[in-house]
Parts: sequence; C-alpha cells; structure tokens
Amino acid sequence: MPTQETPDGPAIELRGATKRFRSSSGGVHTAVRDLDLTVESGEFVAVVGPTGCGKSTTLSLVSGLEPPSDGEVLVHGAPVDGIPEGVGYMFQNDAILPWRSVLDNVATGPRYRHMPKREARAKARDWVERVGLGGFESYYPHQLSGGMRKRAALAQTLVNEPSILLMDEPFSALDVQTRGLMQDELLRLWTGTGTTRGAAVVFVTHDLEEAVVLGDRVVVMTAGPATVKGSFDVPLERPRDAEEIRLTPEFLDIYREVWESLREEVQITRERGADHAA
Amino acid sequence: MLPDIEEPTKVNVGDDGQAAAVAQARAAHRRRLTGINAVRVLLVVAVLGSWELAASHWIDPFYYSKPSAIWSRLVDWFTSGTSQGSIWTQIAYTLEEAMIGFAIGSVGGVVLGIVLGRSRFLSDVCAPFIKAANAIPRIILASLFVIWFGLGMSSKVATAFVLVFFAVFFNAFQGAREVDRNLVNNARILGASRTQVLTSIVVPSATSWILASLHSAFGFAIIGAIVGEYSGADKGLGLLINHAQGTFDSAGIYAGMIIITVIALLAEWLLTLLERRLLRWRPPASSVEAQI
Repeated sequence: MPTQETPDGPAIELRGATKRFRSSSGGVHTAVRDLDLTVESGEFVAVVGPTGCGKSTTLSLVSGLEPPSDGEVLVHGAPVDGIPEGVGYMFQNDAILPWRSVLDNVATGPRYRHMPKREARAKARDWVERVGLGGFESYYPHQLSGGMRKRAALAQTLVNEPSILLMDEPFSALDVQTRGLMQDELLRLWTGTGTTRGAAVVFVTHDLEEAVVLGDRVVVMTAGPATVKGSFDVPLERPRDAEEIRLTPEFLDIYREVWESLREEVQITRERGADHAA
Repeated sequence: MLPDIEEPTKVNVGDDGQAAAVAQARAAHRRRLTGINAVRVLLVVAVLGSWELAASHWIDPFYYSKPSAIWSRLVDWFTSGTSQGSIWTQIAYTLEEAMIGFAIGSVGGVVLGIVLGRSRFLSDVCAPFIKAANAIPRIILASLFVIWFGLGMSSKVATAFVLVFFAVFFNAFQGAREVDRNLVNNARILGASRTQVLTSIVVPSATSWILASLHSAFGFAIIGAIVGEYSGADKGLGLLINHAQGTFDSAGIYAGMIIITVIALLAEWLLTLLERRLLRWRPPASSVEAQI
C-alpha cells in the first residue's frame, strides 16, 4: 500500500495556490486565492466554508483535474501534473455508472488499472460487502436508494486503496438519519480494519456539525475567493460515534469555537447573496 | 442491519387482500386491452369496407383501386410471380440494398459523430460543411449515384447510406457531447486512460441517443433503396412500383406499399428488441401505455 511507503513528508501541500476561471461574461472569477494548506499522512481534515466559496475547486487542484493558475500543489512531495497516483475522489453528485451493476461499478477502478477480470471482481465483491451492500451486487444504480448509491460510490473509490481521499460534500444530498449513518460508516472504514487506514482525508462540507464529528482538524475557509481563515484541532477521542458525540459538552465547546470564526464568512456570503437578489 | 437498505418494493402475494386486489387490477387491465383491440379491428373493417363499397359503386377503381383487387394482386405476386420475376427476389434485392446502406451509414455516423462530439477543434472546423451537406436535398443524389455507380446495387446502397448517415450522425454527435462531466472526471480519477474514457463512458452514454436514431434510420435506408430503384434499376420493389405506375396499375402500387410497410414494421420490432437488451439498465419508463 502506498501509505506505508511514504511515511515522511506531508501527503498534501498547497503553497499560495490560486485558481482563476474565465467567467461566461468575459471577466475573470477567482475561486481560490493564495491558499496554504498542509495535510499530513493519515490526517482527517474537514474543510468548512460558506456555500460556493471555492472549496470544491481546492479539491480539484489536489486531484489534478484542474491545474493551479498560480502557486504550487504538491502530493507526496511531488508537484501535481495530471492525476497523482493514490488519489481517490468522491464527488458531490452521483458519479457511479448507471449502466453497470453495483459489482461492475466497484470493479471499474481495478479494471482501468488492468487487473484481470476475475481478480477485480473478487476484490470488488469484498468491498461491496464491507460497505454493507452484500446481496445487492447485481442491482443497477436506479434500483438503489440514495444512501445505497453513496455506499456504492464509496466502495468504488476505496477499492483502489487511495492514500489520499478527497470528499466533496458526499453526503449533503442525504436525509439526516442516513447522513449520520454514512458518517459512522466512513469513520469505521477509515479507522477500522480497512486497508485504507492511514489515508489522508480532505472532507469538504458546509455543515459544521459534520466537520467536527469527522475531522482531526477543521479548516475554515473565507467567503470566496477561498483562502484559509483558521485551523482548529478537534480534541475528541476516536473511535467516535457520529450520533452520540454531538451531544457531549466537548463537542459543543469546539463547535462554538469554530462557529465564531465561520459565522463572519457566512454573514458576508449572505449579504452578497442579498445584493444579487436585490 | 442497515436501516437505509430496503428491498425494491415487491407485491406481497402472501397477503390475501392484496392478492385479490392484484387479480382485480389485472382483470381490469385485460378488459381494457380487449376493448382497445376490438375498436381497432372495427376501425380497419370500417375503412376497408367503405373503400370496397365506394369503389364498387361510386368511384372509379381504375384510379383508386379497391382492397379486394389489392389483395388478389398480392396473392398473384406471391403465387405466380411478378412482371419482373419472383417477388421474393425483388424483396431480397431491396432488403439487401437497405441493409448494407444501413450498416455502413450507421457505423459511419456513429464513429464520426462520436469523434466530432469529443473534439471541440474538429467539430468547429467541420460545422459549416456538415450543415451545408445536411441542407442538400439528398434524394436528388440518387440520380447522381446512378450516373456514378450504374444501375446495379451500389447506387442504391449509396443513396441509403447518405440518408442513414446524417440521421445517425447528428444523434451520435449530440450524445457524445452531452456526456456527464462528473462521470468523465470520476473515471479519470479511477485511473481511466483517454481510450478507456471513450469506450467505457462516452460510448455507453451516447448509446440511448444512437439507438433512438436507428429507428428512423432504418426507415430512411428503405426509402433510399426504393428511391434509388426508382431512378433506374433492373430489380427490386422500387422497380416493381415504378413499373406499376407506368402501366396505370394502382393495385400494384398499393401492394408494393404494403410489402414495404410490413418489412419496415418487422425491422422496427427487431430494433426495439435490441434496444431493450442494450438499455436494460435504465429505469422502466413511467408510462408505457402512452407510447406511440
């Protein structure tokens, strides 16, 4: 596994990363400005920020889907050029293939990497089991509930055994109960007996509660263009129970502390939105 | 175990009340179908009957023919052959032209459509030429093809090809363009090469678009073959119809038309089977009844 091979040095480093897009009206839109962020191997970093501030753009810089306009992006110490080895990315919207069964969807990654079909399917079967979809191998995505589709997407990403896991509001479309359940599943797969133990995780969300429940550290982003406003360690013990931990006083303390910082940015975004609406 | 996992709903047959309700719903459905079919048969009988009656008493069957004459013409063709020889030879000849034109045209349309759909540069370069080529009334090309390729099969294949090609091309192009970016990005992250993105994401995404165009494309292939035969041929259904026109044999024109219609319906049915097989993964259409 790549994680053990790269024990020293941070998993991800962004140095003064900036990303500008040409907007449709001809102007230039800066999504990310002067962003410095370091994520150690095995660290779970939750990134919160107001809606639409450029959190997703940060992930696409790390994944190599978009090159930075300025600054440096390093993964395992090497500058990102194309998609780096060992990166997994779970998108906000469903990205599983509607024309493939659950099993074939999960086997997609290994098949792309030229693993023999039989071996890929055996590995996929194992991961389908692990995410709790045993018995649904031959179902097509449209036959599954939203939570089950997320499980399939999770298995599809984890089957490649990424050493870096990027997650872009993966559970935001789920109802509250299912979301809590999926958070528990994610923590179990990350800390538990799974081979992804030690993967560096960047989990983007606009839900502060989710960020505190999951992260070792919560990074607060400014209203767009996004840059790091503050970073808060979460001193809650693992293993955590996603449903129970929200009720503890320690949770509320750290939640309040981060919220103080996040509130201003949310306020700014709201005022801008009000300007647009006016 | 996991609360968010639920079996897709199945009808619980064990429940007596429910079983009765299901049986009742089925019976109602059957009654409805019987009703629809009965009215359909009635309509056909009414139309054919009034035609037959009118042609026997009021209108001139020389121009308008009548169902019984058309029927005896069909029987005559199939039992003792046509003016051009066995009817089966004519059908096979036309069908062969249509099939070859259809095969080459749809493969060409799919390949070029997907290539241009995925390459911004090429599609920008080719856009005006394709628009112009599509604006040409392509039926006229049939005359040109007869001059180029002669009276044999190849001129009809060429006509069928141009008609099929454009129908399929535009759909394949659109299908390749509208591939979900999310799926492509996900595939790239999972380790797909450019070719793998094309074969595992773009082609399957475009398949439903392409299949939709194939339905009308086979109709176009037959039109192409027939029109080609009209412009000059030594065999085929188009020649048969042309000959019937030349001898003021209106029953012969109707009979040829019916044979072509039956062939087109059979092809449509085969394509629907293929489509069902290839698009198994899609959620079932919400209202099958309303389809035409």
